Amino acid sequence: MPLELQEFNLSEERLEFRDTLRRFFEESSPITEVRRVMEGDATGFAPNLWKVASEELGLAGIAISEDFGGQGFGLKELSIALGEVGRSLAPIPLFASAALAGRVVAAVGGDDAGAFLQSIAEGEAATLAWVEAHGDWDPAAVRMEIAEQGDEIRLTGEKQFVVGAHAARRFFVIAREPGSHCDEGMGLFAVEANAEGVAIDAKESFDLTQPLATLRLGGALAKRIGRQGEAAPGIRVGLDEATALLTAEMVGGMQKVLETAVDYAAERHQFSRPIGSFQAIKHKCADLLIDFEGSRTAADAAVMASEEGDPERSLLASVAKSHVGPAGLRMATESGQIQGGVGYTWEYDAHLYYRRAMASAAMLGDETMHQERLARLVASRRFEGAAQS
Amino acid sequence: MRREDTSEEAVFRQEVRSWLEANAELRSEQLEAPLDHSPEAEARAWEAMKVWQRTKYEGGWAAITWPEAYGGRGGTPIQQVIFNEEQSNFDVPIGFIAASLGMIGPALMRYGSEDQKKYLPAMLRGDEVWCQLFSEPEAGSDLAAVRTRGHVEGDELVINGQKVWTTSANFADKGFIVLRTNPDVPKHDGISFALIDMNQPGVEVRPLVTMRGDRHFNEVFLTDVRTPLDHVVNGIDRGWPVTTFTLMNEGAFIGMTVNSRTTATAMIDSARETGRLEEGVVRQRLGEAYARERVLKQLQDRIKASLLDGRAPDVDGSVLKILTSEWGHERAVTATWLQGAAGMLTGADAPGMGVWQDQVLARGSMAVGGGTLEVHRNGLGERALRLPKEPRFDRDKPFKDLKTSG
Repeated sequence: MPLELQEFNLSEERLEFRDTLRRFFEESSPITEVRRVMEGDATGFAPNLWKVASEELGLAGIAISEDFGGQGFGLKELSIALGEVGRSLAPIPLFASAALAGRVVAAVGGDDAGAFLQSIAEGEAATLAWVEAHGDWDPAAVRMEIAEQGDEIRLTGEKQFVVGAHAARRFFVIAREPGSHCDEGMGLFAVEANAEGVAIDAKESFDLTQPLATLRLGGALAKRIGRQGEAAPGIRVGLDEATALLTAEMVGGMQKVLETAVDYAAERHQFSRPIGSFQAIKHKCADLLIDFEGSRTAADAAVMASEEGDPERSLLASVAKSHVGPAGLRMATESGQIQGGVGYTWEYDAHLYYRRAMASAAMLGDETMHQERLARLVASRRFEGAAQS
Repeated sequence: MRREDTSEEAVFRQEVRSWLEANAELRSEQLEAPLDHSPEAEARAWEAMKVWQRTKYEGGWAAITWPEAYGGRGGTPIQQVIFNEEQSNFDVPIGFIAASLGMIGPALMRYGSEDQKKYLPAMLRGDEVWCQLFSEPEAGSDLAAVRTRGHVEGDELVINGQKVWTTSANFADKGFIVLRTNPDVPKHDGISFALIDMNQPGVEVRPLVTMRGDRHFNEVFLTDVRTPLDHVVNGIDRGWPVTTFTLMNEGAFIGMTVNSRTTATAMIDSARETGRLEEGVVRQRLGEAYARERVLKQLQDRIKASLLDGRAPDVDGSVLKILTSEWGHERAVTATWLQGAAGMLTGADAPGMGVWQDQVLARGSMAVGGGTLEVHRNGLGERALRLPKEPRFDRDKPFKDLKTSG
């Protein structure tokens, strides 16, 4: 009997929603289909699956307000959907479009944000492009400057490590006012994917089921979102939310990794007994569970803090990302080890999750970046507390 | 998963806080003197613990979830959680009595006769403290291998054998003991669980000093020790279910302990004071310690949330036990590492009066006491993940025919 883990913090409605999505991805995006896309072109994108997921299930706009054509649910529902994408490795840009682009645009706001969110909700995929060749995830490290002439803003340069680039109809690019530094002068700009001067350069990616690309901009026309020079706080909120949501997607994959390992250990016999009866394997399985429980609890706390606008939102996003990244990698590594030869054979799936775990651990900042951020946040909070008292 | 108190709970919390403020001192952030593990200090601590238990009893807080008939408050698990949370801010001597109550109390309520349950109020008042006489030289993780013998003489059980790692046996008034009453049947079928008086001839207690320097546990030699037959819980040869029930309670308790002086926040504070927060590797290790502390708290909050909803906890207690032990130890090692060369000192000569060094040395009581981490990992594999058990050779043979190491 396959392992079934008890859920937590899921109402009956949400559990039903999760079950519907799980069935949907099992039927519409089985691993054979994921591999077909993976071995096809370099886009890492299944347009028909995305069309059904957006138009029939409403996933693209699940956390977008009904005013803008979305479903009007919260980040918790989006996190459930992302968890199922992480579990199935479905080649759709839900994280890029709904979590990264969607949350940053919503948090920056401004007159045009509604129209952009509407388009995301309708399934016109978007993504966020901000990291540059230095590889620093902090938006304050962005160097790309805008060129503004009259009413026109143009962007030139490269953005690296863009996720969901091939599916995107629109890029939201973080760039800055000329001569500005850090958060001051940081801005969010919309660039149409089919505009002149926009090129996408697919990269050979370690994670085969979610390839990355470089966005090349050569004087591409861009539109400013929000007020000039005031985008930084919204960008930071949006990135914190996306970080929390990413951990939820990672946890979805980790649950699959745990189930696969435990089911294998229960079924695979050597020396006339299930290998899961040997303590060497049983303890590995116990460690998978320990990593999983800590991770899903941390991811849920981060998502709920974002959803509720908790002042500890940033802190809890970093708690989750710094914890879930290494835990996910340990789990994928040990799950592969438990599966022996199967664990590193191309035609079996363990390596697909291993690759995703490696890439997701780096995405939006690895554990050291978030640990440093935590130490600084806690120290400054203590310092402020001491100054006040 | 956070949750605000309901208005009812907030009222309860305020009531708890007011009572604690009136009866105890807030815990200082720093130790004022090194922890004193001398026998005299331990005897004083024992008395202080009994006094605090008595104070709680008189305030009606000694056992919030126990029925009123047994001296409890008849309250809910969440009220107990609230009380524990508030109590953790105060400098009060808890520890052993709470652990002991949490183990034997529920076992007597579930398996005890009406006469046996009469021990409960004195236990709650702190008048009689109970120790757990379980482990033996040849029975540790394999507790069902106990050899301490009990044979019936008239209406008494006569006990001979040796126990070891018995926490606080040097102070305890009473004990609950696991012993073998029938060696001719398979091991689990010949075990009894009895209540004994520790203050009687034939009970010889020899304190063992831990690596931390405290007299945490003892060897106990039992020679013709007697207890009435009606002090056998659940009947002769039917002690194993009582024993496993008691151990489950012990695990749940140990997983929940915290010490507010040894937090990651305290580590970050001291790194800022010494300027070491400027170092990237220091920030990373402190950030990791902080994240783990929060994740552990979040896991505890999950248990709390299930108690609130009246459900069984949806995260296995062994997950908490293992993480509390392993991360607690790593945190103490990191904090001592952060002291650099001064980490080689201890006590009054070390930063913070050596509180972290003491924590490094306290590792064993978490990692071995209450079941080794390995036994808990077996439990997770078999209970939570339903993996098959190891083949066993000791289930069906009579106990006397089993192989042993000594």
